[in-house]
Amino acid sequence: MTLEAIQAELETATLGADRLLRLGERILEQWLIAHGKTPTEERREGFRLLALHRQGARDDASFNACRETCRELVYHYNLLTSSPEEADAQLLQMMRFIARHLYFFVSGKLQEAGLGDFCCASRPLRRAEA
Amino acid sequence: MSKEKQNYQKVAYYPGCALEGSGHAYNRSTKAVGKALGLKLEEVRNWNCCGAMEVKNIDPKIQTYLSSRVMSIAKNEMKHDVVMAPCNGCYHNLKKAEYDLKNDPASREVVGELSRKAGHAAYEAGGLETIHALDWLKQAVGEEELGRRVKNSLSGVKVANYYGCMYTRPRHIFPEKDQGGASESTSKPHYMDDLLEAAGAVNVEFPLKTACCGGAHTLSDSDTSTRLVLNIIQAAEAAGADVIATECPTCHSGLEMHQIRAQTNFGVETRVKILYFTQLLGLALGLSPRKVGVHENVSDSMAYVREAITRR
Repeated sequence: MTLEAIQAELETATLGADRLLRLGERILEQWLIAHGKTPTEERREGFRLLALHRQGARDDASFNACRETCRELVYHYNLLTSSPEEADAQLLQMMRFIARHLYFFVSGKLQEAGLGDFCCASRPLRRAEA
Repeated sequence: MSKEKQNYQKVAYYPGCALEGSGHAYNRSTKAVGKALGLKLEEVRNWNCCGAMEVKNIDPKIQTYLSSRVMSIAKNEMKHDVVMAPCNGCYHNLKKAEYDLKNDPASREVVGELSRKAGHAAYEAGGLETIHALDWLKQAVGEEELGRRVKNSLSGVKVANYYGCMYTRPRHIFPEKDQGGASESTSKPHYMDDLLEAAGAVNVEFPLKTACCGGAHTLSDSDTSTRLVLNIIQAAEAAGADVIATECPTCHSGLEMHQIRAQTNFGVETRVKILYFTQLLGLALGLSPRKVGVHENVSDSMAYVREAITRR
């Protein structure tokens, strides 16, 4: 699944929690594949999304800039699926914004690798030259 | 009285460069709120840049030195035990310098050498406590007292609190956070929520409070920054917020400017107002919009503030 296809699907308002979580995984897979890694099938804290994020952040602390975004996605998934009777459209809409943010961050970082370096990793962009 | 409450009544104040420029409203409102609450700020004498983005990108040890010089003046010359930095970038860099000086002998060596050349005592790790404006107001005043001092409740004002990244990341430079109880959380920070709620505001459920805004790339890759910011703004609006409260001049400028850029470049108009949390607290304490610098913000929030907060 390409990033363009993911973006197009994210703009669809009718996505459920399951699909939004899967799209989050697809986004992280794109990041790993672009860096020559095979996306893990493992789970962390019960979620493949969190295992994929951990794999992406290994040796690249700046990828932690989307750590909380991934965790919020999982949190919203849990809220929406653990008590479906309490799940509302507002919560689902928020989950979509979170998934979109993950998309914008990862697609932005694929274009500009330094995104998150300076701030979230507190890593100098020119360490090799320093 | 708790140790923090006692220690934070009078602190060294490190505004940093942004608060003298694009973030002047934050400087103005922080000082005004402190004064209204009877807290004392003593500005660090002859302070310098914390090393922010530019220096850190070229030589991180020079950044450590620059931040350590600020701490050395506050500790060794002004005899303070606490320095307060309202800017997330300054706060982050001072905390990072503290961490490096404690854990990295090479950083200690560079700081010692440069301090000697510059003719001042080298800052030694553990000599000073670096806090953010949120820590300062939360601990020195607290929600209960703040609630008692409110003259103009923010009741009905729906707020999405946006903390940005450098207040909580990377986690290892903030050892005092995530300690349970009332300590600040790096994954779901709440100090700004707590303070604004005490002032009467309604905090909306906002899941992107520490999400990346692309701030460091705002000039090199503006479209990425605009997309990230627009998503944050749209999420806040969808959550029902009238206002996004900020506690960092870089976040604040980024949100304000990319809100405008989203309209001009992407044709997407949003209506949520961007205000510093200190501006909102100042208004709640009865200060005028001008006293807290609402007129200095990039986007025009004056009409909203007058209609929704000060003229009720």
